[in-house]
Amino acid sequence: MAAPKDLAAIRALIARHKRWDQAFAVCGMLALMTGVLTFTALFVDMTVDGVPRLSWDFLTSFPSRRPEQAGILSAWVGSCLVMLVTAFFAVPLGVAAGLYLEEYAPKNWVTDLIEINITNLAGVPSIVYGLLALGLFVYQFGFGQSILSAGLTLALLILPVVIVATREAIRSIPQGIREGAYALGATQWQVCRHHILPYSSAGILTGVIIGMARAIGETAPVITIGALTFIAFLPPAPLKSEPPYLSFDWVMSPFTVMPIQMFNWTSRPEAAFHQNAAAAGFILVLMTLAMNGLAIWLRYRLRRKIKW
Amino acid sequence: MVTPMSAISLAAVVENRSEAEEVRAPKAEVRNLSFYYGDYRALKDLNLVVHEHCVTALIGPSGCGKSTFLRCFNRMHDLYPGNRYEGEIRLYPDDMNLLGPGVDPIEVRMRLAMVFQKPNPFPKSIFENVAYGLRVRGERSRRALADKVEAALRGAALWDEVKDRLEEPAFNLSGGQQQRLCIARALATDPEILLFDEPTSALDPIATASIEELITELKSRVTILIVTHNMQQAARVSDFTAYMYLGELIEFGRTDQLFIKPKHKQTEDYITGRFG
Amino acid sequence: MSVAVPGEIRAAPPSGAQKVRLAYRRSRILREKAIELALFLAALVSVATTVGIVYVLVKESLAFFQHVPLVEFLTDTQWTPLFDDAHFGILVLLSGTLTSSAVALAIAVPLGTIIAIYLSEFAPFSVREVAKPFLELLGGIPTIVYGYFALLFVTPLLQRIYPELPGFNLLSAGIVMGIMIIPYVASISEDAMRAVPMSLREGSYATGATRFQTATRVVVPAAFSGIASAYILGISRAVGETMILAIAAGMQPNLTFNPLEPAATITAYIVQVALGDLPHGSIGYQTIFAAGLTLMLFTLACNIAGHMLRRSFREAY
Repeated sequence: MAAPKDLAAIRALIARHKRWDQAFAVCGMLALMTGVLTFTALFVDMTVDGVPRLSWDFLTSFPSRRPEQAGILSAWVGSCLVMLVTAFFAVPLGVAAGLYLEEYAPKNWVTDLIEINITNLAGVPSIVYGLLALGLFVYQFGFGQSILSAGLTLALLILPVVIVATREAIRSIPQGIREGAYALGATQWQVCRHHILPYSSAGILTGVIIGMARAIGETAPVITIGALTFIAFLPPAPLKSEPPYLSFDWVMSPFTVMPIQMFNWTSRPEAAFHQNAAAAGFILVLMTLAMNGLAIWLRYRLRRKIKW
Repeated sequence: MVTPMSAISLAAVVENRSEAEEVRAPKAEVRNLSFYYGDYRALKDLNLVVHEHCVTALIGPSGCGKSTFLRCFNRMHDLYPGNRYEGEIRLYPDDMNLLGPGVDPIEVRMRLAMVFQKPNPFPKSIFENVAYGLRVRGERSRRALADKVEAALRGAALWDEVKDRLEEPAFNLSGGQQQRLCIARALATDPEILLFDEPTSALDPIATASIEELITELKSRVTILIVTHNMQQAARVSDFTAYMYLGELIEFGRTDQLFIKPKHKQTEDYITGRFG
Repeated sequence: MSVAVPGEIRAAPPSGAQKVRLAYRRSRILREKAIELALFLAALVSVATTVGIVYVLVKESLAFFQHVPLVEFLTDTQWTPLFDDAHFGILVLLSGTLTSSAVALAIAVPLGTIIAIYLSEFAPFSVREVAKPFLELLGGIPTIVYGYFALLFVTPLLQRIYPELPGFNLLSAGIVMGIMIIPYVASISEDAMRAVPMSLREGSYATGATRFQTATRVVVPAAFSGIASAYILGISRAVGETMILAIAAGMQPNLTFNPLEPAATITAYIVQVALGDLPHGSIGYQTIFAAGLTLMLFTLACNIAGHMLRRSFREAY
């Protein structure tokens, strides 16, 4: 049936088609290279422009009208404090919500509504969260343009990330473990507290890290609240020398964060300020890369370690 | 559990087939074929001859390697890393070794066709499913495609049922119809050998019967190699049967001989249902 | 402990020890219920957030639309809300949003799809294991850094090719935004393609098809609704992006579809207003909510479409 003449034709046809295979493989690599190139250019740019500006002075000075004297003290302290508030709200709320949806929620319209909302919120632009905060937290509730408002806003922003990570971590626990615990007479909360949460904690941690990495770099919602860009003071310290020794005044204080400081410097025409911006950007990139990298590594370790 | 009674019924099936059994020319010859999944030797030194225009059945208990053996013919194992062939499968009349290191697997797949255990139509229309192999071979003329698709669907005994709805998605067909569609897809490219990998194990008895009828009809036009876990099916449709166990070829011969008077005790044990 | 009388089974009144056990059980049940309620309320926070967003946007927008008729909002060709002769044409801001998004998608859709097909069907395992985390890192870089990059690296670079390019322009911002979105498009498309069962690929290979033919003629069509949802989510992301555009495209409202010009997007305008000093309740304050509502409606439509496509895709397999 396959005479030698046909065979030659078949071989030529296959060779032609295979050229497409090779061409596409090259295209694929080139496309990936675009990403690699951009990343490298970005990182090198930040490093070359920014690193020379990094110094102990830079880290411990306030912003100033003179670029050589300006520093990011108020910015990074503000970032840390905002992150504290964000984590304080996002982690318990997110884990609790994820736990509810996986272990407790019945299959009814209320649960559907909640799930639809979470999926939806994951896709809402971050600036809309800023508008929510402005209208609700800053004015309606009267929290003002404070660290509390910012922390709450960012917590709501990263809530879907934490919830999804919690749910996936809980879902990967085999049913046999739950059944074993219940069979011994444990209540639902005991099963959750003694088994579900501990076993899923690594997965939850991964999600929290990714969420926090995102929150550190978010600018738009925090600008919208009205974080000022020229703050030459630090929020009041949380520790006092007189009783009750712990103060929460800092929560309601005006503040600034790293991305906003970088934004402010980038917007100035003087090149010297751009250097400052690059330095701040370098720190930001390093932080987010480190956090995302940590989360990826954790996930990788988890996948290999857990053999149910 | 199959009792010795079924051995008698198998013999009855085979005797009832009144065909003149002339010896046909060899279409393919397997010489000392071994196959390795990594370090594990799944097939051990197989030797057999596939006769032209005949149905050759591969039977044996689960895990004996019959599907693995079948997939060597069209180099499906090349799709996954870590596999290795030893030995030859020679295809006639041009005496090409299908497993040769210099031989392109795609070329092999252009000459052989396969029907899988679970029907796997593409998410396309019925027409496009059958035409796919032709398009891959560069056929563009709408006229030629339409003719060949009709011929293939007729050959698969599906034409009358689908001729008015060729543009409908293939998923609308029933399980048995989908499998016949996959057979039409395989037939459309005029293969030299048609490989069936347990084609009816996912189908109901009526669909199974229609496909067995089809296979018997098709063998006059194309050589067929079929893997089946159902001994009665092998007895009904095949001219030659190979019995495999744990990667080895225990016995190969004409179906009527193998089922009535098997040469090896192992074969006899399997056929009479003492195990497997 | 009462003695059971034969022929008569009566529930015994609880003894002291039994009373303690019952009380404990009741309090434990109460505790479980309380915990479940607390968890439920945590889950409701997401619903509350949506309600909050809708409330805030609609409330201020209603106040806005009492000053500005809807028709004028939708059709006016100038956006000068803070002038004495104020105009409120959202089209101006929309043009900036649409143009920059178009540039971004022109980059993200082809490159993202090619990368997804390559990683799913062509790339060896080692390449995949490196490329996927790398793409995740690329998408995790703060947008402010991308904005800096667009203004101070990409724009000067483009100006070498085209010297008349203004310092603020939609093109640089769009390009960088596109590269930022590539990981989204690529990862969702790749997930969709990997969900296509191997049996379909085997059916195609068994016909003699090459890898490229199988990928483009069988796998991509089979994964199509998943890939389409990736595109739609990419659109939603591009439209909602703020900082890259605020920094690199300038904040000057400009009705144009030419990427070589500076323009303000809806998002950049909101930032500009927030940076300034607007008294609560003024018309200027209300404009950002009206703009935000427009943005929200658009992204909501995109997200719903993307979600439904993704769901229909999952049901098919």
